[in-house]
Amino acid sequence: MRKGLSWFNVTSIALGFAFLYIPIILLVVYSFNASRLVTVWAGFSTHWYWQLFQNEQLLDAAWVTLRVAFITASVATVLGTMAAITLTRYGRFNGRMLFSGMIYAPLVMPEVITGLSLLLLFVAVNIDRGFWTITLAHITFTMCFVCVVVQSRLVTFDRSLEEAALDLGCPPLKTFLVVTLPIILPAVISGWMLAFTLSLDDLVIASFTTGPGATTLPMRIYSQVRLGVTPEINAACTLLIAIVTVVVIITSIMTKRQEMERQKAERLAAAG
Amino acid sequence: MTGKARGRWLVVAIPYLWLLALFLIPFLIVFKISLSQDAIAQPPYTPVFDLAAGWEAFKQSLGELSIDNYGYVLSWDNEFIEAYGSSLWIAGISTVLLLLVGYPIAYAMARAPKSIRPTLLMLVILPFWTSFLIRVYAWIGILSPEGLLNQLLIALGILSPDAPLQILATDTAVYIGIVYSYLPFMILPLYSALEKMDETLLEAAADLGCPPLSAFWKITWPLSLPGVFAGCLLCFIPAVGEFVIPDLLGGSDTLMIGKVLWTEFSVNRSWTVSSAVAVLLLLVLVVPIVFYQNVQQRELEGR
Repeated sequence: MRKGLSWFNVTSIALGFAFLYIPIILLVVYSFNASRLVTVWAGFSTHWYWQLFQNEQLLDAAWVTLRVAFITASVATVLGTMAAITLTRYGRFNGRMLFSGMIYAPLVMPEVITGLSLLLLFVAVNIDRGFWTITLAHITFTMCFVCVVVQSRLVTFDRSLEEAALDLGCPPLKTFLVVTLPIILPAVISGWMLAFTLSLDDLVIASFTTGPGATTLPMRIYSQVRLGVTPEINAACTLLIAIVTVVVIITSIMTKRQEMERQKAERLAAAG
Repeated sequence: MTGKARGRWLVVAIPYLWLLALFLIPFLIVFKISLSQDAIAQPPYTPVFDLAAGWEAFKQSLGELSIDNYGYVLSWDNEFIEAYGSSLWIAGISTVLLLLVGYPIAYAMARAPKSIRPTLLMLVILPFWTSFLIRVYAWIGILSPEGLLNQLLIALGILSPDAPLQILATDTAVYIGIVYSYLPFMILPLYSALEKMDETLLEAAADLGCPPLSAFWKITWPLSLPGVFAGCLLCFIPAVGEFVIPDLLGGSDTLMIGKVLWTEFSVNRSWTVSSAVAVLLLLVLVVPIVFYQNVQQRELEGR
């Protein structure tokens, strides 16, 4: 079979990436537009960014969103990793079917259903809605994504390492911390990041489960978008894109370096 | 219980109880409220089960449950049935479009030299990390009548300035929005299926005189089917209940059940009807969801 890419392959990739990236690039470019009209270019300006930093409501919302996302990601990573261990290491137990069902269903569940059901739960138990109810809701759906990410790493994991540690009398918790966790750490970190961005991003579930006083950034952006496209929103979006891009690139470099070190260590071990 | 068994028990119990309390029980509550009636009270429905009031009161409350809301939702006079149908239709068409757009990209990525595959993969995932809302919002600026697409077409002389394309606020805009937002979810499972494929099979077919196109249909396509199923389900199921895309890109005649549920809840303030809409939506989706779970289980648990 011929190696390399045919012209058809190259065109598909080029068109595909153009489709994925052109809208985002246009959005970023027009955030530097001097004109109030989003679609008419009137010269370069950082005016809208200054405007943005004076918009108290937007900054408040951003602060709420970041706190929710941070707590969500941290709790969801712990719960999701536990769930992943349960599903890959504990074999069959009573209620396993239900458990894996509850893990996979939220991945595809339409957000309106998840949001409505959580709201009705919070009303039924009569808990004040706001910051904490959004966080609880976000932990619930993001932990399932963390679980799947960690699980896919645990499946390809050489179990004899864990078994050796356990056979040599290492307690299970220590085995996990010393043997398992360092190996699955890249997956755990990407799980955390996935949970963080999903929480940062969520509009529907947050809108259902929030109460007076807690407005997240997507909710604020959404209510402004409905009134029309403004360069200020473009600027806010650009900042979000910039933050996420930097974080993703840093983590991918970190995981790559770790992977290379691991391979080097393996080569050394094999040679020695 | 020994310490070991207790530790093990905790690892299972904590996430299990969390999901029971915050995923399963809420559904039971939705189901119960779908059988209740709206009321001007706090909470805005009756009956309210009050276990403290004793068994008799509980039995009486149970008697007040009714299926009236389902009758209301399923009646032809209201637009709910139409909305379910048109949501399934829009999600179905979008899924086919996603497959047509995503397959060649995933295929090309899996054929690319090993050294650049991780970079290509990251480039597909990267837009997914940026906000969904932002990506939908970006299309408003492109598709609106005075938007960038029309400006480009007019500048190229393809369109006359007084007859711009009307794409925003139509179903076409909703298709574009769904395909754009869900594309990574289609590409990733396809790519992981195609990448695992043994290329010597294609070499063997070529050696035996099989033309490339028929080798594709006889070898590559069947072997990529798990990825096709996973990708299609991963896009189709959430797309049926999509709310943001039809709300921002669709027109007033774009009927999707996620938007109807949202309106019923936040504008009409009928919690009981929106619960009934949610229960029926779940019933519509239960077959694809179970199917998806089986695909996931085979993939992740090796069974």
